[in-house]
Amino acid sequence: MTLNYSISGGDFASAGNASSAVKSILKQLNIDNGTIKRVVISLYEAEVNVAAHADNGTITVDIDNVSVKMVICDSGPGIPDIELAMKEGFSTASAEVREMGFGAGMGLPNIKRNCDLLNIKSIPGEGTELNIEILLNQAKPTER
Amino acid sequence: MSSGSENIKFHHALNVNDDLCTGCTHCMTVCPTQAIRITGGKARIREERCVDCGLCYKSCPVSAIFVEQDDFNDIFKFSVRVALIPSVLFGQFESRIPVAAIYQAIKNIGFTHVLEVENLCGTISEGYDRFTVKNPSVRPAISPYCPAIVRLIQVKFPSLTGNIIRVKPPTDSAAAYLRKKFAEQGGDPGAVGLFYVTPCASKIASVKSPVGETASLINGVINMDFLFNRITKALREMNSDQEWKDRDPHPSPENILWSLTRGESAGRKGRTLAVDGIRNVSEFLEQLEESEQSDLDFLELRACDESCAGGILICRNRFLAVERLNERAEAAAGESRESGTESTGIKEPYNHNDYRLGPIEPRSMVKLDDNITEAIRKMDKVEQLLRVLPGIDCGACGAPTCRALAEDIVQGHGTVSHCIFVQEWEIRSGRLSLEEADRINSSVWGEMRNRRSQKG
Ligand SMILES: Nc1ncnc2c1ncn2[C@@H]1O[C@H](COP(=O)(O)OP(=O)(O)OP(=O)(O)O)[C@@H](O)[C@H]1O
Ligand code: SF4
Ligand SMILES: [Mg+2]
Repeated sequence: MTLNYSISGGDFASAGNASSAVKSILKQLNIDNGTIKRVVISLYEAEVNVAAHADNGTITVDIDNVSVKMVICDSGPGIPDIELAMKEGFSTASAEVREMGFGAGMGLPNIKRNCDLLNIKSIPGEGTELNIEILLNQAKPTER
Repeated sequence: MSSGSENIKFHHALNVNDDLCTGCTHCMTVCPTQAIRITGGKARIREERCVDCGLCYKSCPVSAIFVEQDDFNDIFKFSVRVALIPSVLFGQFESRIPVAAIYQAIKNIGFTHVLEVENLCGTISEGYDRFTVKNPSVRPAISPYCPAIVRLIQVKFPSLTGNIIRVKPPTDSAAAYLRKKFAEQGGDPGAVGLFYVTPCASKIASVKSPVGETASLINGVINMDFLFNRITKALREMNSDQEWKDRDPHPSPENILWSLTRGESAGRKGRTLAVDGIRNVSEFLEQLEESEQSDLDFLELRACDESCAGGILICRNRFLAVERLNERAEAAAGESRESGTESTGIKEPYNHNDYRLGPIEPRSMVKLDDNITEAIRKMDKVEQLLRVLPGIDCGACGAPTCRALAEDIVQGHGTVSHCIFVQEWEIRSGRLSLEEADRINSSVWGEMRNRRSQKG
């Protein structure tokens, strides 16, 4: 099944709405709690990144009996150096912003840690597309 | 008395009186777990979803929802008759009536002993400390105090069941304590009857089918409104020369307030939070599930507004009850300050074997199916149905919301024709006969309300 959401740049108040809605649905689908947590954390970080760094974004979530696939697509400044952005602690946030606890540079690494597959495509000046896949617990290769 | 062993059936203390129920849907719309449907013109409570919070009881305009109770005369089957009293009982009476007089009145109506269950709260606090130390990764630790909340977590937030502190709440701890004391004294355990005076339905349910315990140690439950009447009568009949001197242990000032909002959290170390009102609790737990709050140490969660002072069997205004309890606690603190003695109360060390609660099992009611493929199929069907249903949550189908009807349909209860809007369209387009529509409507609203079938 497919779910669609949208998120606007600067709208921090709404960041988290999509991950919250997806959580409720995964609970109804009897998906295990560990998987739900990983989905919620990954999607939440991606939502906040759109609110913090981009102008507008759409979220598509695909759920089947193997995995949860999420595509977060935004129009915005894009990420010029993805490899650098993926480094723990890297952030373009200013020192002042960091003082307040924002911009720890942990968002993308946190997504990486919680998902099974992460693919980032970005065109500077145009936007960013995150593809995140999280395998359902029972479908994990190691546990098969 | 509870049958013990496996509780496949969940005991509920809330029941519908069909003679009074008019099927008005008030209860159905307020139920926080969507446990109520209208069938045959009457409210029906779904056992597996009900958490005994009592919002339906409060909402019913014709008092058709009632709280069952044991026969008061059952107490006389025992030669030792103990009233287990929650401190909130004293909030039922105005300040001018001394606590000791109320103790005496309880004895005058037939009890041989009175024990305020909050006497065990010191012991329970030690149990909480132990749990916190032994389970450093379980944060926040959630209070096991309110049975409606424990059940809410089981059915709606199953992933949080492991956070509930596994220590018996005051009533059960008091019962365990007394059973042990009476056993030490020798004598026939069968001669001792323990009766709990309850402010709410959820405590009844938890005595009759305890969660995390194999069998209840309590012999019966008496509703607080019933006892309030008996006590008031006894107080009025009390002799002026009757001695009120009471030698019973009283809970410490802090523990007198244990059942009120922040009564537990105030005494806990670290970062704590207290939430009262079942909808507030639900909202908070949704949030807790999503964001790790591992720096939150302790959560006090209560189903009722103003906690137990707002229990459905409490007769007096909850704010006045809170005021009286605060007065009593202050007076008790003052007394012990003056006399330089520590407050009275039972000093029972926490013994894990006596006061431990067993595992609290998740029993999700939100999942559409155990099998994920099947659950996804059902969820797709729900979404399809929601595109057809009007989305106004009118309740005319006998379900609280359009989504609830859609979920009922995919689970095999009801059809899309139960929706009066869809039905109208189906009749117009010749997809549904009038007779069939009447049959459906009567199944929801009963023959009486279904006027079309009456005319026809
Ligand atoms: N959607 C996006 N559009 C443009 N730039 C982005 C986007 N997402 C991330 N970035 C860039 O990548 C950097 C690292 O992102 P990451 O989420 O790891 O950290 P952060 O958002 O700066 O801080 P944190 O997430 O810890 O609060 C960001 O500082 C930002 O420059
Ligand atoms: S808050 Fe107190 S009175 Fe209300 S349901 Fe919970 S235990 Fe019962
Ligand atoms: Mg970020």
